[in-house]
Amino acid sequence: MDSKQLYQEVILDHNRKPRNYGPLEGATHESEGLNPLCGDHIWLRLRVADDRIDAVAFEGQSCAICKASASMMTASIKGRSVGEAETLVTAFRGMVTGEMDPSTPGNPIGRLAVFSGVKDLPSRVKCAILPWHTLHAALGSQTVATTEGAQDPMGGAAS
Amino acid sequence: MSATPLRKPSPDVTAFDVERIRGDFPILHNVRPHGKPLSFLDNAASSQMPQQVIDRLVRYETHEHANIHRGVHLLSTLATEAYEGARRSVQRFLNAKEEREIIFTTGCTEGVNLVMHGYGRKFIGAGDEIIVTHLEHHSNIVPWQMLCEEKGAKLRVAPIDDRGEVIQEAYDALFNERTKFVAISHVSNALGTINPVRRMIDVAHARGIPVLVDGAQAAPHIAVDVQALDCDFYAFSGHKVCGPTGSGALYGKAALLEKMQPFKGGGDMILSVTFEKTTFNTIPHKFEAGTPPIMPMIGLGAALDYLSAIGMDRIAAHEHALLEYATEQVSTLDGVRIIGTAREKAAVLSFYVGEVHPHDVGTLLDEEGVAVRTGHHCAQPVMQRFGVPATVRASFAFYNTFAEVDALVEAIRKVQKLFG
Repeated sequence: MDSKQLYQEVILDHNRKPRNYGPLEGATHESEGLNPLCGDHIWLRLRVADDRIDAVAFEGQSCAICKASASMMTASIKGRSVGEAETLVTAFRGMVTGEMDPSTPGNPIGRLAVFSGVKDLPSRVKCAILPWHTLHAALGSQTVATTEGAQDPMGGAAS
Repeated sequence: MSATPLRKPSPDVTAFDVERIRGDFPILHNVRPHGKPLSFLDNAASSQMPQQVIDRLVRYETHEHANIHRGVHLLSTLATEAYEGARRSVQRFLNAKEEREIIFTTGCTEGVNLVMHGYGRKFIGAGDEIIVTHLEHHSNIVPWQMLCEEKGAKLRVAPIDDRGEVIQEAYDALFNERTKFVAISHVSNALGTINPVRRMIDVAHARGIPVLVDGAQAAPHIAVDVQALDCDFYAFSGHKVCGPTGSGALYGKAALLEKMQPFKGGGDMILSVTFEKTTFNTIPHKFEAGTPPIMPMIGLGAALDYLSAIGMDRIAAHEHALLEYATEQVSTLDGVRIIGTAREKAAVLSFYVGEVHPHDVGTLLDEEGVAVRTGHHCAQPVMQRFGVPATVRASFAFYNTFAEVDALVEAIRKVQKLFG
């Protein structure tokens, strides 16, 4: 695919001005996400009450794909239930690994479909999926998520 | 700083017919990434293979294939001759005194590991110290760390300055009565720094300490003369010198190789075996257990002959001109920071484009047909030293052109515009 289709304005914008970026007071859940292959390194913090994600924030060093993915993820899950967030994790992962077509009716992907092109860039799939792995880890009270090896909460299937 | 004893490049750069040379490399014409001409600038990771080497591999598989050092039949004799002929090509390429000082390996990493097991595990003990530099590739760090862990020895690291040069006074100061081994790279893979290895070897030899040189990034680019360097071991990989993956060689001084223990046990490395006692074969066979990757080694020999026919001095001169041009052109780009500005450099340009992460740069350069490496280059300590998680690395070979440098610069401009 044309990688410029991936680096669309919406992704570049979220990279330049990431939403929900910074620390978070009173976090109930947090996890650290690492992609040792390219050095993406993020921290994700959530405040969950009554099964609802009231607040979420991330910070760290990463490429544009990872940062935009984290930014759009936080915007998508704020105010949602933990179950809804987990459903999105599964859908996003399915989309970027090519197992789920984002045009499938009724799927929850919505504007996150801008990341669908990542599936054609195998070397970048892990960049896009790292924030979602980290979210899954945080919700499962796992303190570290990586795209490699035993700590990969999704079982390393994105490789 | 002098990088002796690298032979001086010939001033006759103009005679270097890069277009004719490119004609030898089918992949440079066969592949058009995203419809663009390929600018392959990832040669420090792996170089491309000329038709002459491909033909040699085909000839072996179609006319000579058999196991070596075993059968009495014709094919086994042909295969053995081809394999041992490749050893002589390596000997000539490195200017080793004796053929038996060349051990075939699967690559530079195996060469370093062979010395760690064969020399290190036999002669290095608790409290001993091993010196490396901050420039090393992981393959010249991790084996020594493993040895230190096993033996209770200590790894000492010679620091680098802001240019990416090993601070020689600090290196000298690391030596003491506990120092037992030195392992240093000839050329840094991440930054291109050419270490003054002859000087560094002399410092070690003044105390009678053996030195291994990791030549993975030097062998493809500069004329190496192991006798002039006086190194005790020199390791390099075949796939970075236009040969096949799975090939490589380790040079070791015969006297040292003879006192070392074998690395792997098996067939071909023995003279006689009983259940009571095994007598090991002579060098180099003592270190080549089992059936080796015969075809890759024959390819390695052909690749070295190919490079020698062009002339390593001419290769070095052309690549140096490319590096100077690329450095000058990339330096004109606002916000691009070149990492590694050693006074003696091989044709490696590591850089950072403003705030743009190297992986984004790499993906977008690929879109323009420009293949570069992005990441930590298996040299995380170097990245830590310069405070970056990764860099973009353009690394040149003798078949690269000035037009490819222009393509790189133009592609970086596009990245800057997109991320503007």
